[in-house]
Amino acid sequence: MLRKRIWTLMTVGMLAATLLSACGGNSAPMPTTAPTTAPTAAAGTAVVEPTAIPAESPTPVASANSGTLKILYSQAITVLNPYLSSGSKDLDGATIILEPLAHYNQDDELVPALAAEIPSLDNGGIAADYRSITWKLKSDVLWSDGTPFSADDVVFTWKYCTDEATGCVWTSLFANVEQIEALDATTVKITWKQPTPNPFTTFVSRSGLILQQAQFANCIGANAMQDTNCQAANLAPIGTNAYKVKEFRPGDMVIYEKNPNYRDAANTYFDLVEIKGGGDPASAARAVCETGEADFTGNLQVTKAVLEPILAAGMCDTVAGGSAGVERINFNFANPDPALGEQRSEPDQPNPILNDLRVRQAIAKAIDRQMIAEQLFGSSGVPTCNISVIPQAYTSTSLTCERDVEGAKALLDAAGWLMPEGGKVRERDGQPLRLSFQTNINALRQSEQAIIKSNLADVGIQVDLEAYDSSVFFGSAADNEHTMHQFFADLQMYSNRPMDYGLDSYFQAWICAEVNARENQWTKANDLRYCNADYDALYNQFVSEFDPSKRAELAKQLNDFLINDAVVIPLINRLTPNAKAKNLDGPTHSSFDSMFWNIATWKRVP
Amino acid sequence: MWTERSPRSLMGDAWRRFRRHRPALFGCAVLCALLLTITLGPFFYQRYLSYQLHASGSPPREANPDLRSLIDHFDLRAILKPPSMAHPFGSDDLGRDLLARCLYGGRISLAVGLAAMLMAIALGTAIGAIAGFYGGVIDQILMRLTDLFLALPGIPITLLIVYLFRERVVGLLGSREVGVFLLMVLVIGGFAWMSTARIVRATFLSLKEREFIMAALALGVSHPAIIVRHLLPNAFGPIVVAATLEVGSAIIAESTISFLGVGFSPDTPTWGRLVTDGSQYLQAAPWLALFPGGLIFLTVLSINFVGDGLRDALDPRR
Repeated sequence: MLRKRIWTLMTVGMLAATLLSACGGNSAPMPTTAPTTAPTAAAGTAVVEPTAIPAESPTPVASANSGTLKILYSQAITVLNPYLSSGSKDLDGATIILEPLAHYNQDDELVPALAAEIPSLDNGGIAADYRSITWKLKSDVLWSDGTPFSADDVVFTWKYCTDEATGCVWTSLFANVEQIEALDATTVKITWKQPTPNPFTTFVSRSGLILQQAQFANCIGANAMQDTNCQAANLAPIGTNAYKVKEFRPGDMVIYEKNPNYRDAANTYFDLVEIKGGGDPASAARAVCETGEADFTGNLQVTKAVLEPILAAGMCDTVAGGSAGVERINFNFANPDPALGEQRSEPDQPNPILNDLRVRQAIAKAIDRQMIAEQLFGSSGVPTCNISVIPQAYTSTSLTCERDVEGAKALLDAAGWLMPEGGKVRERDGQPLRLSFQTNINALRQSEQAIIKSNLADVGIQVDLEAYDSSVFFGSAADNEHTMHQFFADLQMYSNRPMDYGLDSYFQAWICAEVNARENQWTKANDLRYCNADYDALYNQFVSEFDPSKRAELAKQLNDFLINDAVVIPLINRLTPNAKAKNLDGPTHSSFDSMFWNIATWKRVP
Repeated sequence: MWTERSPRSLMGDAWRRFRRHRPALFGCAVLCALLLTITLGPFFYQRYLSYQLHASGSPPREANPDLRSLIDHFDLRAILKPPSMAHPFGSDDLGRDLLARCLYGGRISLAVGLAAMLMAIALGTAIGAIAGFYGGVIDQILMRLTDLFLALPGIPITLLIVYLFRERVVGLLGSREVGVFLLMVLVIGGFAWMSTARIVRATFLSLKEREFIMAALALGVSHPAIIVRHLLPNAFGPIVVAATLEVGSAIIAESTISFLGVGFSPDTPTWGRLVTDGSQYLQAAPWLALFPGGLIFLTVLSINFVGDGLRDALDPRR
């Protein structure tokens, strides 16, 4: 009896195997892209269109029941208070509820959000001595709880973030602020410690969202994360934007609903906005481009071979423009050796290998950007030699970065790292040239890691790869020790982009004052622990320069300084990382702001 | 009329019964073939692949590359290519040879499976034997411990332990691969001994009332000696069966952990990791997930067949 069943099972198994292999055999000789995907594309549209059309309301006016906007995000949102997280995911999630004074649009121009107009020298908003900026605020703005918004909220937000015990991650944006005062209910004056040429770093874009004073008044300082009411507030801040939190499951999804008190609530199209986080980018792309389950997905970080057939399905558009960030490798200038215990990766522990400029240059020369771009990114990224690629006018053009294996070997020889007879890994004083290299878990990044590991093996450097879950790697250092902020490795890879047009905070990530360490709970921006007085001097010159053309020149110099000193290896300028359903109107690219900066205006079109 | 017949032994009988169990024989054959391929195959295959790579114009970095360096070789002329002469299992998104990666991964997956099995069996037998032989309070404590372990959700706990202790173990041992290997074996084995313990205890409970144990006790044989010399050999059958089944589940457990991205470092292609990486390309290149997935399937199926066969063969009532 039993035996009989086993035989039946086996026969079925064999049959299935044969069938499977037959399928493999048939599809195998096909060219990999177009033909295999064409049928699925057709099937996809055939299935989805009938359901999609009735969903679009026939009435052109955005009223009544307009359904849900479904957004997939590669990482899940964990907190909605933008001052307690540096993760893009959390800032983007908060942007849907909260507003700054002004946003950057797709052309890198400022558009007023809570401000009535953009201050300038001409309208007197920016003082002639660049010592202060005066913002006129919109007068008719209500918080989603119905109370009026006023200049006091702006002042409060500053006080909230600058209280050291709050644990605010954006203190750097207020570093130059001497005083913020409410001149009247709709006027805010920011006075700078130093005259600043770029006053649009504070309260602008997704890193300058305004919190409600009434809600957070008791949350300044240590209460911010410990008090129960404050913890609740961090998960559901009251905002002024078109949507408010309906349901939030940290680490999973956020559902937003229409904010009835929004100043333009009549034109808010969607009833609900749903951000689901944590899926892999490939299935997110499929959900938008093939099955139509979702309307929008950010960060299509998947390899070319996967992405191209998905895009070919034709149900989505990519949202192009500017730069979505520079994929880079950071060197750790501190020693990440676990044997150091508490002293691990502390700034006063120099990295025994990477503190040698020649080694860093050799690594930079050994890496084959061209191959990474061609094999992995395809149309979604181009090789770059610069760490600063936006705005265009500020981008250096003087550098080249061809792969140079022989040059890299020569540099390593000169640095005393010699290849032992018949060996594969260089050594110095009996120590092998061995580096650890971490990033987040993502098929694209693992393929990049594999290429880089092989590139470096070509010149005799052994690399140990490490990959952590995205929510861990980009998470906050307070929770675990595998984050990019602690950087307990020699090399790490991620992509980043400037937050504001002025590039002040972008270039700040390499100055001594921003060095991450245990004592500041790794909340600073300089995860490399790079500290160079010359760079600091150049940076100070940059931030105190007022003339735009000279600023552009200095920005190029800062970029070249970092590259020539081999502080960081820019790999790829990433393009078009977002995909939207064809019937969704609104998403644009914004190099300096959240992809949701204009979410209030998103709508469906027939 | 009497003819001379060789005496029938217990093992001889078992072997005769086992031979009649066709799925078990099939499993045995497949398993031996797999083991041979994974242990000896690379010596031939690395030459073959190296030759093929030279022929296709993408020679490896070294003159006589070993399997470890071949699995990281990018053949850029063969990105996501289906199975062919040069790449019998096809190639992945970076032109790496899938068969080489499967062979390398097989060593790790099978090694983890076997080592975890040994650990689980050792632990399970020890606990089961002590509980079964001594009974009473000891039995109660050990069996409640067993129940406790059975009630723990295996995968989440495993993930947690690997995540929490990986760094420390790797730091202690100084080597990534060895450290992670040890941790995986400890964790997988540490969560798989319960069924063995129960089987051994049950067997011991019935055996210890038999006359030959009474006799041994009466003769003053020490307890450990009774357990080792008299009881364990009689419980051999059930233990062997449990062991074979354990290998299969350990391979699956390792695959699951690797699939979830913890465990071995990302450039170590265990079978589970290969399935994860390949799952991205199910549409463009299905062979990337199907081959390693098929290998896991085949191995576990064969082992289970062998286990079934052994169970039937070692059961004297049949």
